[in-house]
Amino acid sequence: MSEYTKPLPKPSPTSRPFWEAARKHELKLQQCESCRKFIYYPRDRCPHCFSDRLAWKRVSGRGKVHSYTVVRRASARSFGDAPYVLAIVELEEGPRMTTNITAPPEKVRVEMPVVVHFDDVTPEHTLVKFKPA
Amino acid sequence: MSLKRKAAAIGIGELKPMKEASPDVTALGLMAKVAAEAIADAGLEKRDIDGFLVGVPFADPGFIYPASACEVLGINARMLNQVDIGGASPAGMIWRAAAAIDAGMCSAVLCIVADLNRAGDQRPPTISVQREFEAPYGNIGANCGYAMIAHRHMFEYGTKPEQMAKVAVDQRKNALKNPLATFNDKPLTIADVLGSRMIVDPLHLFEIVSPASGGAAVVVASPEVAKRAKHPPVWLLGAGEYSNHSTITYAPSLTDSPIKPAAEAAFKMAGLAPKDMDFVEPYDCYTITVIVTLEDAGFCKKGQGGAFVWEHDLSWAGDFPCNTHGGQLSFGQPGLGGGMSHVTEAIRQLMGRGDARQVKNAKLAYVNGNGGIMSEQVSLVLERAS
Repeated sequence: MSEYTKPLPKPSPTSRPFWEAARKHELKLQQCESCRKFIYYPRDRCPHCFSDRLAWKRVSGRGKVHSYTVVRRASARSFGDAPYVLAIVELEEGPRMTTNITAPPEKVRVEMPVVVHFDDVTPEHTLVKFKPA
Repeated sequence: MSLKRKAAAIGIGELKPMKEASPDVTALGLMAKVAAEAIADAGLEKRDIDGFLVGVPFADPGFIYPASACEVLGINARMLNQVDIGGASPAGMIWRAAAAIDAGMCSAVLCIVADLNRAGDQRPPTISVQREFEAPYGNIGANCGYAMIAHRHMFEYGTKPEQMAKVAVDQRKNALKNPLATFNDKPLTIADVLGSRMIVDPLHLFEIVSPASGGAAVVVASPEVAKRAKHPPVWLLGAGEYSNHSTITYAPSLTDSPIKPAAEAAFKMAGLAPKDMDFVEPYDCYTITVIVTLEDAGFCKKGQGGAFVWEHDLSWAGDFPCNTHGGQLSFGQPGLGGGMSHVTEAIRQLMGRGDARQVKNAKLAYVNGNGGIMSEQVSLVLERAS
């Protein structure tokens, strides 16, 4: 297997629980205990009500493709294996995530239902991706 | 508090964008060139400049940049700063200059940008949250975000690829009359645009700006200084700024942009409405950007931007002159100089210096500067001296 050369996430103290859950193939988001909204990406305070009472919760992993593009010529050399599907998925719980849809590009549509899957790109790194539900 | 007619643009300097800058050219060298041109165009001497707003070049970045650039140029400033709101920086400089002048801090501000195009790999994001949550999925550079805006706009409003293509086609008609434009040698057809290579669905090559090297500068002056200007001053009537996200994924909406509050504030300050404008200079990094801008600035109803550009002639001689210099799509994007090109063109037209592409009776212009992925927005209303 060739070496993985794409950018990898470097977890911060704030985001570490998110990536640790992903390595266990679980999708966990912060939920604000004050305004009850779910939050992505991880924060130190709720960006909505600014409360610091945030709790990690396992979420459904279900959502819809809010929008997408098929990147046919990537801006970065590390994505020389284009085409790939870059998407914004809106989760059932509300937040939107930047992700990839693992599907043939011609099958992807706006508002298509998708479900999470976990891509163990290196022994230490798992990316959160989606596939048609 | 208003900036209405508190300051005027009195001089411009602008380079023809260069695809390949020669190796002996530096960003600071280009800055010196456009500074000299803009100061002379204003009818001032360098010693008259007492304010300095600069965009930091990607090709020669540095912290605490403004004083370094001032030292190189030999400018002593009573107000100096870096404006860092992406492509909206040049438009953002204009109202910041006017505000500093109105506050009595200075009287003649040099607003300046210059950069070199470093062909090759797109730099990875430098912002930690973008490095962490965007780059691993290949959300690198601006193309992807605008493509996702375009797809969502097509889904919500039925916007068609040929409507988006027409923006590039009409703006090319303007570029044909602009000696400074990069692509000014042959017209473009809708078939050319839709037949060009698909880069990021649904955006084709000819719907995407072409990076270049270059630079531009504008002198903004107090009413007193403007009296001694060589050309008729162009007054700032209104300005508005707004941002509600950085990465488009986390924006409240992909299709309702922060242009709306920015434009509303600018028109309110000016005491005018979109229908009063004689021509428009909206930031056009992509064709979809123009469509969303015309909707959110109030030139047409939300969702009708595609039909609007289809039904109107956007050329300098048309019924809705738009990006009369060709837009960045035909002018080229010399870093932040791309954003400045909308400002300089509005000033040129309002001074009556539009030459072969002069809009008849051009008295009022709407300019929009757009940073990042529809993130930072600055709207301006500019007026020809009466």
